[in-house]
Amino acid sequence: MKKFLLASAATFAATAAFAQDDPVKLGVVLGFTGPLESLAPTMAAGAELAMSEVSESGALLDGTSVDSVEADSTCIDAAAATAATERLITGDGVVGIVGADCSGVTGAMLSNVAVPNGIVMISPSATSPGLTDAEDNGLFFRTAPSDARQGEIVTDILMENGVEEIALTYTNNDYGKGLADAIEANFKDAGGTVTIAAAHEDGKADYSAEVGALSAAGGEVLVVAGYVDQGGSGIVRAALDSGAFDTFYFPDGMVSQALVDNFGSEINGSYGANPGTDSPGAQIYQDMATEAGFDGTQPFSAEAYDAASLILLAMQAAGSSDPSVYKEYVMDVANAPGEEILPGELETGLQIIADGGDVDFVGASAVELIGPGESAGNYREITITDGELEVVGYR
Amino acid sequence: MEPLNALVALTNFVIIPATAYGSQLALGALGVTLIYGILRFSNFAHGDTMALGTTAVILTTWGLQSAGINFGPLPTALLALPVGIAVCALLLLGTDRLVYRFYRAKKAVPVIFVIASLGVMFVYNGLTRFIIGPEDQRFADGERFLVSARGFREATGLDEALVIRTTQAITVVVAVIVVAILFWFLNRTRTGKSMRAYSDNEDLALLSGINPEKVVAYTWLIVAALATIAGTLYGLDKSFRPFTYFQLLLPIFAAAIVGGLGSPLGAIAGGFVIAFAEVTITYPLKAVLGYALPDGWEPDGLVQLLSTDYKFAVSFVILLIVLLFRPTGLFAGKSV
Repeated sequence: MKKFLLASAATFAATAAFAQDDPVKLGVVLGFTGPLESLAPTMAAGAELAMSEVSESGALLDGTSVDSVEADSTCIDAAAATAATERLITGDGVVGIVGADCSGVTGAMLSNVAVPNGIVMISPSATSPGLTDAEDNGLFFRTAPSDARQGEIVTDILMENGVEEIALTYTNNDYGKGLADAIEANFKDAGGTVTIAAAHEDGKADYSAEVGALSAAGGEVLVVAGYVDQGGSGIVRAALDSGAFDTFYFPDGMVSQALVDNFGSEINGSYGANPGTDSPGAQIYQDMATEAGFDGTQPFSAEAYDAASLILLAMQAAGSSDPSVYKEYVMDVANAPGEEILPGELETGLQIIADGGDVDFVGASAVELIGPGESAGNYREITITDGELEVVGYR
Repeated sequence: MEPLNALVALTNFVIIPATAYGSQLALGALGVTLIYGILRFSNFAHGDTMALGTTAVILTTWGLQSAGINFGPLPTALLALPVGIAVCALLLLGTDRLVYRFYRAKKAVPVIFVIASLGVMFVYNGLTRFIIGPEDQRFADGERFLVSARGFREATGLDEALVIRTTQAITVVVAVIVVAILFWFLNRTRTGKSMRAYSDNEDLALLSGINPEKVVAYTWLIVAALATIAGTLYGLDKSFRPFTYFQLLLPIFAAAIVGGLGSPLGAIAGGFVIAFAEVTITYPLKAVLGYALPDGWEPDGLVQLLSTDYKFAVSFVILLIVLLFRPTGLFAGKSV
């Protein structure tokens, strides 16, 4: 009797496992609640757009369809994100995860759940440089660039403008610190001088002491690695008022319409860069999103579409939905050589792979994976002219 | 060597901001010290009293602005001050009637008053957020600068700029006027003298026929005026956000205690000591020394005693030192 029970349990388990092959389940773990809750819906919609495109094509692994299972990463609560991911893997049987969004929880999910269970994770928006060196057994990728990359971009733009001395201030959190370290290291390597790198707290009424320190240290340009809705604008206001600086460099947290609304022509001649691309994929993706009923221009929505697409293309290339097998193929499908694949052409891509060809997925954000599997990063360079943001190029 | 540039840099980044901040702290500390001297407790609700008074001023300012009334080059908020003070006074008198009078009748010990004021603080806290919300509010208008950076550079030809914002000038001028009136009131008028008598010795004052309820009511009225003016000046000069007013409680109490609790003169001195300490200790002297020292002597480092992150720690440290070595404060107030 005991043997019979064991045997039937085993058979049941086997059939259950067998049933999971069809359809393929992907987890979408994003901060549906918490600080990034305004971005999570369009990111999830982007990832699910890619999944439904593949399902409808019927070209994946002999006609397998793709299901999405959503879970909440909360953006800040590592324990909640870990538990939710655990449930997706052990309960829902997902074979890949699009997520998470914030760097902190992404790191926790990776080391606590994804690596022990051998599940591939592709984050569309975690930018902390710390994740580059994370212990991942080749399971972690991101379609967002590391802020280390932004450090290079900042240095390039400043050097091209002939700036050799900068003062640097950053918002006192993981994002600000990581970005500031990257900028400082790159700028010094390029022969520049960072006169001071000082943190500022968000949400203060008065930044005159901070600006006093920055001004005393001196520098041709003040780099403000903060948030435009927070202390970043306070610093710029105090610097302008006291006449300490009149030219600023704005990293991604500052470049927005709110910046020119706040300061207008007072910051004429300042410049900066934020993630963005002029690749035709971006426009195609925005049209697809509009048709699907959501706003494809929201930050990281395109990156989420690309993350889901990469997982599915890699499965096709591996001929298997087993993460330990298809993880090897993510870099291959993302990079040259091969036929370039834009959004909406996933069916073509799957077909080419099935016929033994090679693809180079460009996607909505012009994906190019470098190093340990993170986006090379495309940035939009802007200047402020006559109180308006003006795009001067892409790099 | 360019001593003029050194002087201008020091004035621009240390002396002017610290003077304005010191005036705001001094007005706040005067309110705290009056309550301590006359009602004999530390009023933890003072920061939020300032926030509520300022809220009334902001709402009135917006009303005036939408009615097309302004104060020319000066901020409209100055016109709205009397309304704000009246609202704040009603609120404080109401709170006294509801909360503090009960404990006064029972002759409760000071610590009970302190805890009661803590409760009042939380209520005010919520009330402010309920009325105007937790976000930043901007209500400054009029001319922004008295002396602008570009104007100063063009006029003098110096490398360093000297900037005086209108709000900084107004802060100092208003603070001087308010302090002058307060001292005149306390020293020259009958009511002021009765308040000082009550503060010095409650029993003797009662025996000589001073009505305690009247003294208490006058105190709250003065405190309402001081708190609203201090809050409005701070909001005009910096920005209004309920949470920062709550945080102001620490430097304000530090100022009052450093000066000597219960001593009005001490509160003013304390306000400036705290403000100058916070600004000078975190200000890197590199630029100033670069100008002041002979060529080739310029320092390479920042010459900064403490990073600006530790700005708030400065008032804590001064508070500790004063409490350890001179518990009655600089001007020999009551020991705490």
